[in-house]
Amino acid sequence: MLARNEKATASPTTSTAARKNETLRHVRHVIVSNPATLLAFSLLVVILLAAILGPALVPYDPLETNPSRPLQSPSWSHWFGTDQLGRDVFSRVIAAARLDLAISVAAVAISFVLGSMLGSLAGYFGGWVDTVVGRLCDTIMAFPLFVLAMGIVAALGNTIENIVYATAIINLPFYARMACAEVSVRRDAGFVQAARLTGNTDWRILAMHIFPNALPPMMVQVSLNLGWAILNAAGLSFIGLGVRPPTPEWGIMVAEGANYIISGEWWLALFPGLALMIAVFTFNLLGDGLRDIVDPQRRT
Amino acid sequence: MTTTEIPLLDVQDLTVEFSTRNGTVAAVRKVNISVAKGETVAIVGESGSGKSVTSYAVMRILDRAGRIASGSIVFSGIGLQSAPESSMRELRGREISMIFQNPRAALNPIRTVGHQIEDVLIRHAQATSQTAKAKAIQMLRLVRINDPEARYHAYPFELSGGMCQRIVIAIALACQPRLLIADEPTTGLDVTTQKAVMDLVMELTRQRAMSTILITHDLGMAAQYCDRVVVMEKGVVVETATAREIFRSPQHPYTRKLMQATPRPGIAIRDLLPEDTETAASAPVRPPAPEASAPILSVRDLVKEYPRSGGAFAWPWRRAELLDQTVVRAVGGISFNVGAGESVGLVGESGCGKSTTSAMVMRLIDPTSGSITFEGQDIAGIPARSFATHPLRPRLQLVFQDPTDSLNPRFTAARAIADPLYRLGGITRADEARERVEALARDVGLPLDLLDRFPHQLSGGQKARVGIARAIALSPRLLILDEPTAALDVSVQAVVLNLLVDLKSALGMSYLFVSHDLHVVRLLCDRVIVMKGGRIVEEGNAETIMTVPRDAYTRELIAAAPHPPI
Repeated sequence: MLARNEKATASPTTSTAARKNETLRHVRHVIVSNPATLLAFSLLVVILLAAILGPALVPYDPLETNPSRPLQSPSWSHWFGTDQLGRDVFSRVIAAARLDLAISVAAVAISFVLGSMLGSLAGYFGGWVDTVVGRLCDTIMAFPLFVLAMGIVAALGNTIENIVYATAIINLPFYARMACAEVSVRRDAGFVQAARLTGNTDWRILAMHIFPNALPPMMVQVSLNLGWAILNAAGLSFIGLGVRPPTPEWGIMVAEGANYIISGEWWLALFPGLALMIAVFTFNLLGDGLRDIVDPQRRT
Repeated sequence: MTTTEIPLLDVQDLTVEFSTRNGTVAAVRKVNISVAKGETVAIVGESGSGKSVTSYAVMRILDRAGRIASGSIVFSGIGLQSAPESSMRELRGREISMIFQNPRAALNPIRTVGHQIEDVLIRHAQATSQTAKAKAIQMLRLVRINDPEARYHAYPFELSGGMCQRIVIAIALACQPRLLIADEPTTGLDVTTQKAVMDLVMELTRQRAMSTILITHDLGMAAQYCDRVVVMEKGVVVETATAREIFRSPQHPYTRKLMQATPRPGIAIRDLLPEDTETAASAPVRPPAPEASAPILSVRDLVKEYPRSGGAFAWPWRRAELLDQTVVRAVGGISFNVGAGESVGLVGESGCGKSTTSAMVMRLIDPTSGSITFEGQDIAGIPARSFATHPLRPRLQLVFQDPTDSLNPRFTAARAIADPLYRLGGITRADEARERVEALARDVGLPLDLLDRFPHQLSGGQKARVGIARAIALSPRLLILDEPTAALDVSVQAVVLNLLVDLKSALGMSYLFVSHDLHVVRLLCDRVIVMKGGRIVEEGNAETIMTVPRDAYTRELIAAAPHPPI
C-alpha cells in the first residue's frame, strides 16, 4: 500500500497525481477502517497470488503421479497428503485456484456486462424493452438455476467454456433486475434532466450519468456473485459435468475425495473443500468494501 | 410570560457531540432553553445551527453517532439526559411529542392513518381496542379532516401533504402531551396550507394549555406564532427574547442579518444583504423592461394533458376503454410573453402547473397542444428527446429547484460546469474548458479551490452556485429559474438572488422565475403571472399585484405569507 502511494506522489503531473493519491488514501481508509474488509482484501491477495504464481511455486507437479506413495496422510513433505495416485494434494489445491477463479471471473464478467446493459436499457427506456427484458429474466429464474446450468452444459458439451456460459446465463437476471431498478429510480432525477439540458443524448446520459451512479450496489452483487460462480463451477464438476480429471479443480477433487472419506482418508476432500469455502467467504466479505471504494460519497 | 414559576422544560448547558471520521464534533454547545407551561417558544436558525439536534436531544432520539456530552434536560422534575430508555419510551408520545418535517416520511405508508392514530393511543393505554376507533375518529375530526369516518381507512399516499401533516398532528396530540415539539412542520407545504396547519397547531395547543417548541428557519413564522424566540447559530444560542422585542431591537448581529435577509414587503433586493456587502452598485438593479421589443418567448394556448391511468399491457378489448377515460389537465391552455431582458415571475402553489409549464418551455416534456415561440421559431413541435442536440438548446437553460438532486453525485463541480461546454459549447481541450470553468466560477462567486470537490462536499449555497454556473455556461438568452432558492437558507437565498440580478445585468438574459413565494418574486421580477389549477388567474406589474391584487386567489396567497413585524 505504502509503496504504491509513494509511486503515485512521484508521478509528474501534479493534478492527476493528487487525484490518484486521494483515491489511494480513500482505498486505504476503507480497507483499514473495517477489520472485516481488511481480512477480505488480505485473503483476496492470497487467492490471487495462488492463482497467478501458484503453479510456479508449488513443490510438486500437480499432475505427476507417484505410484509408490498413494493416500499418504499430511506430513512435512506432503502438507495436505497425497491422493490415490500419489499426487500431492497441496500442489493440486493451489494449482486449482487459477482455473476456478478464471471460470468465475469470466462468468461474472459476462453476466455483469450483458445483464447491466439489458437492465439499464429496460430501466431507462421502459415500455416494451422493459417488458421483454423482464420476461426474459423471469423465464431464466423460473428454472432451478443449478439444474438449468446442468442442462446447458449437458446440451452444449462438456467444456470449460460451456461452464462459463452456463454460469453467466444463470446469473444474468440478478444483474439485469438490479441495473433496471437502479437506473429507473434515477431516470427522472434532477441531474439527469440537467444532463439533458446540457446537450447529452439519451445514450450518453445512460452511460455517463446514470449507470456510474448505479455501480456501488452492483459491486456488492459482483462480489457475492463471484463466490456463487465458484461454487457453481465446482458443483458442476462435482457431478461430473465440466472440468474432467485429471485437471486439478476444487469441485472435482472434493468429488473424488468423497469416496475415500469412509475409509479414513479425509484429507482428499477436506482441503479442496476448505479452499472452496475460503474463496466463497472472501468474496462474500469483499462486497461492502468494494462498494465503499466505488462510492464517491464515502470520501470525506 | 412570567419566568418566576418552574419551567416545564429546562435545558441547561446542553452540549451534544457527534463522533465522525475526523474526531468528535460538538453540534450543540452550552445551550440554555426553558419553556414555561403553556408557552410557545421558537428556535430559529439556519441549517447547521443545531436547532433540530437540540430537540432530538430533548426527545433522546439522537442517532448512534451522537451523544449528550454534558448539561441537563429537566422535564417536569425528571432529568431526561440520564433517564433510562424504558421511561423515555413512556414519555415520548405521552408527555412530549413531536411533529416532523416531512409528514409523508413520518407516516407508515402501508398502514391506514386511523390505525396509526390508534397505535399511539393503545401504546400509552389511552384507549382499549374497543374504544380506539372512536377516539381516532374524534382526533381526525379535531384536526379538521373532512369526512373522518371515511378518511380513517385512508392510506397516507391517498392524502395530500397538508392532510398528512394534519394526521401527524393528530398522532402527536392524541395522548394529550404537555410538550409539543414541531420541527419545521410546514416545510414543503404551500403558503396557504402552511397557514392553515400552523393556525390549527396553535389553536389546539392553546386550548389544551400545552407548551410548544416551534423549530423553524422562518423568522416571520416565529414572530407570528410564538411568545419567545431563541436564535441559534452554529450550535450556540446567540439571542433569546420575546417575539416583539427581537423584532423591535435585535441585539445580536446574526439576528439582524437573518432579519435583513428575510424577503418582506417594501424593500429592494439589495436590502437583503448586510450593509457592508459590496455589490455591483453601478449596474442598474432593475433595467426598464423594453416593452416595445419583440418578445423572446411567446407561449400560446399551451396545454398539457396526462392520461389518468396508463396500462401498458391491457387486454386488447379494454384498450379503447382506457383511452376513453378522462385525462388530467396539468396545464389548460395558457398564453404569455417574456420580453428580451425581462424578468417574469410565474407564481402558484404546488399542482398549479407552473413546473409543468416551465418543463414544456424548457423542452423537457412535450406539450399536448399549443405553440412555444422562442426567438421567432416554434419549438413546441420538436420532440423533447431530440431537443438535446438542437441549435437552440444552448440558448434556453434552466436552474433547478434542488441543487443537490440536480448535480450528478459522481461529477466534481468542475466537471458539472464543463459538461455543457463539451457537449454544446464546442470546447474539446481540457485546459480550454478549465479556463472557462474558472471564469464561470468567478462569475458566480464560487471559490476556485472548491471546483474539484464532489457535490456532497459542498454546502447548499455552493451547490446552487455550481448549478447557476452550469446554466449560464453557454450564455443562454432565456434562463428559467425553477424555485432556485427554495432549498436554501434565507441568508444564502439573499446572496443567490442578488447574484442572479447581477448576472442578468451583466449577461443580458431574460428570466422566467418560477416560485411559490410572491415576496421573493417581487424582488426579482418586473411582471408576475399567477397560476391556479393550470390556468392564469392574474398577470401584471409585480408591485401592482402585490399592493392591489385583483384576483381573490392572489389576495389569499399574499395574505397567507407570514409577516414579520418589522
